[in-house]
Amino acid sequence: MSDTTAQGGELSSPHDWGSAAAKRRVRRRYAADRRLQAYGLGAIGLAVLLLGVLFASLIFSGYVAFTTTKVALNIYLDPSLIDSSNPGAANYRKLTRGAFFAYFPDVTSASEKRELGKILSSGAPYVVRDYVVEHPDEIGKEVKIYVPLSDPYDQLNKGVIPREIDALTSDRIALFKILTKRGVIHVDAGKGTVLVDVYVNPGDIPDGNLEAGDYQRMVAEAFRAFFPHALTLTYEELLAEDAAEALKAHVIANPGDVGKTIQFKVPLSAHYDSLARTGEAKMRNPRFASARDFEWFDSLKERGVLSSPFTWELFVNSDSRFPELAGLAGALTGSFFALLVCFLLSFPVGIATALYLEEFAPKNRFSQLIEVNINNLAAVPSVVFGLLGLAVFLNIFGLPRSAPLVGGMVLSLMTLPTIIVATRAALKAVPPSIREAAYGVGASKHQVMMHHVLPLAMPGILTGTIIGLAQALGETAPLLLIGMNAFIPSIENMGLLQPATALPTQIFSWADSPERGFVSRTSAAILVLLAFLVTMNAIAVYVRQRIERKW
Amino acid sequence: MLSSLFLILMLLIITGFMLGRRRAAFVGTSNEVKMHSLAGYHGWFVAAWVGIPSFLLVLLWLLFQGPVIDWLLVGSLPPERVEGLELGQLDLLVSEIKSIAAGNVFGEPDAMVVAAAERYNRWYAIANWAMFALAISIALAGIVFARSRVSPRFRARNNVEWIMSGLMIACSLIAILTTLGIVVSLLYESLRFFDKVPLIEFLTGLNWEPQIPIREGQVTAGGAFGAIPVFTGTLLIALIAMAVATPVGLYAAVYLTEYASSRFRAVIKPLLEILAGIPTVVYGFFAVLVIAPAMRNFGVAIGIDIAPNSALAAGAVMGIMLIPFISSLSDDAIAAVPQAMRDGSYGLGATKGETITKVLLPAALPGIMGGVLLATSRAIGETMIVVMAAGIIASLTLNPLEPVTTVTVQIVTLLIGDTEFDNPKTLAAFALGLVLFLVTLLLNVIALRIVQKYREQYE
Repeated sequence: MSDTTAQGGELSSPHDWGSAAAKRRVRRRYAADRRLQAYGLGAIGLAVLLLGVLFASLIFSGYVAFTTTKVALNIYLDPSLIDSSNPGAANYRKLTRGAFFAYFPDVTSASEKRELGKILSSGAPYVVRDYVVEHPDEIGKEVKIYVPLSDPYDQLNKGVIPREIDALTSDRIALFKILTKRGVIHVDAGKGTVLVDVYVNPGDIPDGNLEAGDYQRMVAEAFRAFFPHALTLTYEELLAEDAAEALKAHVIANPGDVGKTIQFKVPLSAHYDSLARTGEAKMRNPRFASARDFEWFDSLKERGVLSSPFTWELFVNSDSRFPELAGLAGALTGSFFALLVCFLLSFPVGIATALYLEEFAPKNRFSQLIEVNINNLAAVPSVVFGLLGLAVFLNIFGLPRSAPLVGGMVLSLMTLPTIIVATRAALKAVPPSIREAAYGVGASKHQVMMHHVLPLAMPGILTGTIIGLAQALGETAPLLLIGMNAFIPSIENMGLLQPATALPTQIFSWADSPERGFVSRTSAAILVLLAFLVTMNAIAVYVRQRIERKW
Repeated sequence: MLSSLFLILMLLIITGFMLGRRRAAFVGTSNEVKMHSLAGYHGWFVAAWVGIPSFLLVLLWLLFQGPVIDWLLVGSLPPERVEGLELGQLDLLVSEIKSIAAGNVFGEPDAMVVAAAERYNRWYAIANWAMFALAISIALAGIVFARSRVSPRFRARNNVEWIMSGLMIACSLIAILTTLGIVVSLLYESLRFFDKVPLIEFLTGLNWEPQIPIREGQVTAGGAFGAIPVFTGTLLIALIAMAVATPVGLYAAVYLTEYASSRFRAVIKPLLEILAGIPTVVYGFFAVLVIAPAMRNFGVAIGIDIAPNSALAAGAVMGIMLIPFISSLSDDAIAAVPQAMRDGSYGLGATKGETITKVLLPAALPGIMGGVLLATSRAIGETMIVVMAAGIIASLTLNPLEPVTTVTVQIVTLLIGDTEFDNPKTLAAFALGLVLFLVTLLLNVIALRIVQKYREQYE
């Protein structure tokens, strides 16, 4: 359109809309339109793709945590070892390991047994103990009990971690490729070498004594000339330990080379040697102590005593230092208590505030101040609420650290604005005819509100409350600041004032743990959290669509 | 103890309600005069008199019991032991006494401390029983008093409504109290911090090393509290986040409002809203699990060294989180442009794209700007993504491939674990919190102003 106005002066004759130039212009304008459309679609596609990647990666890494690799043990519950009047006190570690060692009669030495015992989870004896305590009548019989494997073997069985890993980092391999390109890497008689110019420095050979020469230094000098900017570490790693010895042998054999610069093939260290010969350098995954570990594991697998069934352990167990035993029971309980406190505080207070502001408050500065404050609270970063909780609830009021009570109080302050806004919207949606009818039969203002308006607005309020609680369930930072990330190994004696952890803070703690098994546990915990959020939001949608009245 | 007290009080409230209602019903039937209020209101009146004073008493008692007993405890210590102690040492002594009182005895505590711990426990027991007895007697007195007021002329309904109005106002005050609590606690702790570290050094220093000397005379760990690197890190990550979120969110909003069919909209909008509903700790883990390694691998492939906790990864993931935020606010702003402006543009022969870029976006610009500012304030205050995916060391750099730290990361790392309230390391977190609070507040105020001003133009 701007084109036509720009040509305004020439428009004395009718504009030729059919000319090639005009058509081109129109095409260009429509192309721009389509481009904008494509950008829009691309943006949406990107957002949806990222959402998909997020879920896919969580599911992909998390689903294995819903299963636990277990080994079937045939345990003879020896009555001489287990006191049937007090079955919890026997030495189940010995019993469990004994049954497990029965699979490997040839393993006899103590050190090997110690190594073998690491295949079993440290929690295996407790599984046996719990079984016996539950079935005391089976003492004296041989029973089949499935006990969990320790984390590395659990991960190995699920195929999460490999047996062999790359021995060299990618930048080391890149360096090696540069060397290969320069043509200095050779393979002679099954041995990888690198060809460098070595100056056999007479200064490094004291008194001409070839035996005592500092050949290490000569090799180092040669490499420094070769890679002027590389660190010493780089070439020390590249060369075999006997590189200096090889040069020494060469110089002793050819004493005439002293003082000359010779072309010398220096042997490579094991990993680079393998890289030169086979194109890859692998090493045993350092999580396994020796190759025997794999033999044992494979033999268990061949015998068919391993299984990885779906288990509820993720939900039943509490936190543990061992990923194969860690569960969410403590976190779920803590989150439940905190949300309970949050609900009990924010629901009545939120409704009362909204009712006051919407229906009772005179429109004056005071009510305006309250409104400004509520809007402000909705925008304050959550971590600031944590600071408030720390400074006021813990430090001034002296409430216990890590307690769900404090967590719930902090969360309720964050949930309040959501509930207030939802309640006000729901109150506004109740038509005036209801109020007028109630006033008409002589109800007081409070009676109109309590008997008519509030009950009719309740579904809307509930929707807002559920959404607010769902937000509170995912909130992490304020809980971290008040210490609600305690290590909870047992859910016995959890309460409002006892230390606790919550679902999101448990996710944070697990995400911080170094063990590989915690990665899948974290993903699984996130899936559980998301499942709760989806359920809560689904309930909110249901309430909104089915129960909420449209006027 | 406390829970049984609450249980007893709840029972007393219910009893009070029943008694009041029964009494009113009795008076109502046995009298010639008609009751002013329904029997239920008399019941509520009694219940309020039972519940409110006793709960207030318990609340105040619990608030002040700890500080008062601490004060008594310090006063009861032999003066020769207390004199000359600094505040920190005194706190240490008091917490030692408390831990012994709680039954955690390590080593051989001296007799004075053990005696103090016994006193402490005794006072606590006395205080608890006193509270118990006082609360229940107040509740019983409430029943007796309120029940005696039941009469045909007594305006129980008006009284109950008056009490309820009071309760509602009290609830509304919580919002003000919370803001006040935030401001006062942040200011108070920050002032204590600026007592130890000058404000100028905090705002202009280039070195952030909040380690405090563990023993006297340790030279290396003097602790430096120049927050500039922390601020630049925060801004860098927020900038990256906005660079991701703004174009994607804006283009998505344009497509959804102007091009998309209503069915497409109905499917895509909730999908985008899922992104907004995902807790930030999940995004943080996503950054660590997927985005950061992917970026690192990409960097290796093209020969650039990208740190595993680079600002880029944290910022990009934060940007993903903010996409729905920007898109829904821009969506509202574009949809609020009057239809007449669209029609005018189409009437002049403009294409849809031209209408959007030359008419709708300029008209919606204030609303979009407001949305962008709100999102920026979110990005600055966002905590978990950066705690998990960004660095801890404060380095003064604008290179997005290197790790930087943010205000929120520092707050969390300084306060996680055991916290003593008298060292600058802990107090620094509050000073950072104050800055964070003020900056986000300012951004929000500006954003709301822009949005409001814009709305006035068309309505």
